[in-house]
Formats: sequence, structure tokens, C-alpha cells
Amino acid sequence: MDYAASLLTVAGINIILALGLNLITGYCGQISLGHAAFYGMGAYCAALMAKAGWPFFAVLLPAMAVAGVLGIVVGFAALRVRHDFLAITTMGVGFLFLGIVRQQEWLGGEMGIYNIPGAGLDSTGYMLLTLGFAALAAALSAHIKRSWMGRVFNAIADDEDAALTAGVNVAGYKLAAFAIGTAMAGLAGALYAHGIRYVGPESFGFVDSVAILCMVVVGGVGSVPGVIAGALLLTLLPQLLQVVSDYRLLLYGGLLFLVTRFSPGGMAGMARAIAAAAGRPRAS
Amino acid sequence: MLFLDLFVEGLVQGSIYALIAIGLTLVYGLLRILHVAHAGMFTLGGYLSVWATNASGSFVLSLLAAALAAGVAGILVYRLCYRPILHRPPHVALIASIGLYVGMEELFRLFFGPYGMSHTDPPLSETVGFFSMRLKYAEIAIMAGAVALISALAVVVNKTRLGMAWRATVAEPQMALSCGINNDRIRDLIFFIGSALAALAGAMVALVNNYAEPTMGAVPAYKALAIIVLAGLGDVGGTLLAALALGVIESFGTIYLGKALDRDAIAFAFMIVVLMLRPRGIFGKG
Repeated sequence: MDYAASLLTVAGINIILALGLNLITGYCGQISLGHAAFYGMGAYCAALMAKAGWPFFAVLLPAMAVAGVLGIVVGFAALRVRHDFLAITTMGVGFLFLGIVRQQEWLGGEMGIYNIPGAGLDSTGYMLLTLGFAALAAALSAHIKRSWMGRVFNAIADDEDAALTAGVNVAGYKLAAFAIGTAMAGLAGALYAHGIRYVGPESFGFVDSVAILCMVVVGGVGSVPGVIAGALLLTLLPQLLQVVSDYRLLLYGGLLFLVTRFSPGGMAGMARAIAAAAGRPRAS
Repeated sequence: MLFLDLFVEGLVQGSIYALIAIGLTLVYGLLRILHVAHAGMFTLGGYLSVWATNASGSFVLSLLAAALAAGVAGILVYRLCYRPILHRPPHVALIASIGLYVGMEELFRLFFGPYGMSHTDPPLSETVGFFSMRLKYAEIAIMAGAVALISALAVVVNKTRLGMAWRATVAEPQMALSCGINNDRIRDLIFFIGSALAALAGAMVALVNNYAEPTMGAVPAYKALAIIVLAGLGDVGGTLLAALALGVIESFGTIYLGKALDRDAIAFAFMIVVLMLRPRGIFGKG
């Protein structure tokens, strides 16, 4: 039971991360290869505050705020550079974050921060709490997708210049996408810090950013149920099958490649295609 | 003299970056793809040259074999992976490429084992005194090799029909296509040349460190991306300059900024600052 609970806690955290990235990359079309940096910001912020004696629930908002502010700063970068340049810039942000954390003694350097106080819940309770937050994140994502904001994001992703011509405040909405998406990563980081009770630089590297991106792409860019399914699949599969666990990176790499190569809509796209095929009368 | 030491160390590192980044620039100019999996060719070159040198005893022959094999692998990557997704938005190819590279890293681990591979009798490992510092012959060979190969490439790009076709495609992809020059043969050749150069870089790195391991391509891969972005995507001369500059900045940075940032972070901090000032790179237009 304990094992299942901790596994589902990690799954919940990954769902929040993937939904956050989906907001930036899926809805708004701004590719980010540095999502783990915001996750790390949240985790380190929560770890330091918890060590300083702050209670669990008081830590969540500051962790989100710190990650969100960094997200807005990177969002400003997204106003300067586009497409490939943005991808590499966000990747650079990830390396920069790690490089700084590794050299700072007050952040634990290479060793990380140990003995972070827990949230005061047993593992089942903490799992339920994390999954609750994941559900909230999903509801927020679904709501944004239907709202005016979601439509504007869609327009920006589709054709930024056309959106600008139509009088859309492209810069403001891009910053909003980065702020919301990265604040969600900050929340995930805080949940991680209290759940694992240890944070170290090796959990927030480029590979982790790629893993989050993988969840979004495999699930289906832009689709809330797809991204949730992607996060669940890529979290649970390596845990349930020992064979897969040894080749976790091969699985991520292979899936990322095969999905973009053969089914760019991800699992959501496949589901839509199957539904469409089933609903259409056979041509005889 | 610390200054000279650091400067030369930076140039050696920069030469390696340049050999990797040149291939990336060629591919980007042609296809507008950020070819992350290029680093897989670098690792492949490292492994093949160490393995072949140990097996045959001839370092020069193994260099040629590694370059040839990686070149062919490069063509396969283009044919099987990129050609079918060229019509999709650019980030699709980028994501596929990252996936391909991560997968390749694991395949190297499976195939060659996790512990890496060393030369039993490393060639060019003698050192030579040069003012106050000692350099390995291998390090001198890297610099000389990089300069020679990249100069040769510059001649190819500027003087031959292949180079003309490449430049035409970089400038006006649609027009080049209309003139019938942007055919698969040009692309195959570009992937062959770029991958072969990356393999040579990998072989030289494996020689200097006397070690080839599955993840040796990771950091150079991301640095090389930073370099071609810095140079303003698709600019051969600019790429060489940016690679050497980054090597030197890193080697000074680790001494003077090492307390605050590690080596990789210095490279990316430099890149981000440049991009914020010039969003299309140092030599980029517009």
C-alpha cells in the first residue's frame, strides 16, 4: 500500500508538471525545454522554507510564486526570440539553473537538501492530497482551454503575426501562459519536496525536462485527458515493469521519436482517429 | 603564464565544439532542423575509433573508418527519421531528434556496456613543451585538424557546385527547389559530411581523454546547439568563430566565475545574454 501510494503521489506530481508544460507548449505554442528548472525552483523554495519551520500549506503559494516569477522572466525571453531560438534559450535556462544550484552552499550544492519536514500526513493522505491538486490542475487546464484566454493562446500558437494583426495582446498572453504553466511546476516542486523530503540537483536536469515534454507529446499536445494519460503511462510503466525501468531513457527517447514520427497527435490523436474511423460508415 | 594556458586550452575545446557545430549548421541551413541526434554521431565516432584502433593498431585507419561509418549513419538518420517529417512544424523534428538522441545514448550503453572504453596503447599521448605549458600531441592534432577540415569545408562551400547548392538552399529554399538543386543527393552528402566531422571530433575527444563512454556526446551536443544559435543559425564562418570564442570564454570563466557557475552554465549564460541583445545571433541578419 505504501509503495502504491508513493507511486501515485509521483504520478500526481508528474500530471501537474505535464499539464503546466502543456499550457505553455500545447495551448500557447511556446516550446520549452527547461520545464524542470521551474519544478526545481518550486522544490528548492519549499525545501528551504520548510526547513525554516514554515508549515506545509504556507509553503505552497510562495513556491508557486517563485517559480511563476522566474517563468515570467523567461517569458520575456520568449518575447525576444521565437521557435528554435526559444527552444535553445529555455534549454539554456535549465542548464543555468542547475549550474547555479550546484555551486551554492546554502542550496546544498551537489548534495542537495536533506531531512525536509513532511506535510504531517501519512502516505495515503499525501497521495490523496497530491491527486487532489492534480485534479485541480486538470480542471484549471480544461477551464482555460474553453475560456477566452484559451482561444487567444490557440490563435498565438497557430499564427502569432495574424493574432497580433487582429489586435491581440500577444506579449501579455504569452507572459500569462508562462506564469500559469511555471507556477504549476512550482506547486509540483513543493509537493515533491515534502513528499520525497529531499531535493538535489540531479532531479531537475535536462533529462527531466525532456521526460516532462515526453509526457505531453506522447499524451497529445494540447489535450488535457491525453496529457494526463501520457503522464500516468510514463510514470507507471517503468515502475510496474522492471525491464522497462532499466531502459527508462530508451523508452522515453524511443516513444518521443516514434510518436512524433508516426502519430504527431499523440495518444489523444490516435484516440480521435480511432473514434472517427469507428463513427464513419465503411466505404464498401 | 596562466593567461596563455587558459587561452590555448580554450582554443582546443573550441576546436572540438567547432567540428561538431559545423555539421549542425550545415544541416540547419539545409533543412531548418535542430539536429540534436548529431551528438550521437560524435559518440559513435569516439567508440568506433577506440575499438578499431585497439583491433587494428592503426589510429589513422580507424579515424577514416569511424568517419565513414558515422557518415553513412548520418545518411540513414536523414532518410529514415527526418525526411518523413520535413513538412511538419519545426518543433516536431526537434522533439523527434531529442528522442532519437536519448535513445541512441541508451543503445550505446547496451551495445558497448556502461563503463566506457579506452585505448590499450593510446597514440599521440606524448607531450611537447611550448613556452611554459605542456601540450599533448593529440591536442595539437585537434587544433590543426579542426582548422584544416573547416578550411577545406569553407572551400567546398564557397567554390564547388555542392557548396553553391547548399548556399542557394540556405538563402532561398523555394527557389533552390524550383531550380532542381535541393534534391536528396545534396542532403545525403551534407548529412554524410557533417556526421563524419562529428565522428572525427568524437574520435579526438576519446583520444585526449583516452575514454569513450555513452554520454560523452550529451554536453557537446547542447553546447553545439548553443554555438549555432549564437552564430545565427546556418552561418559556417560565424559558427567557427562562435565555437572558438565559447571555448575560450569557458576556460576563463571556470577560473574567474567558477565559484558562482559551473562550466556548462557559463556557456549558456553567455548564450542567453547574447540572444537577448541580438535575438537572431551575433552574425544573424535582421
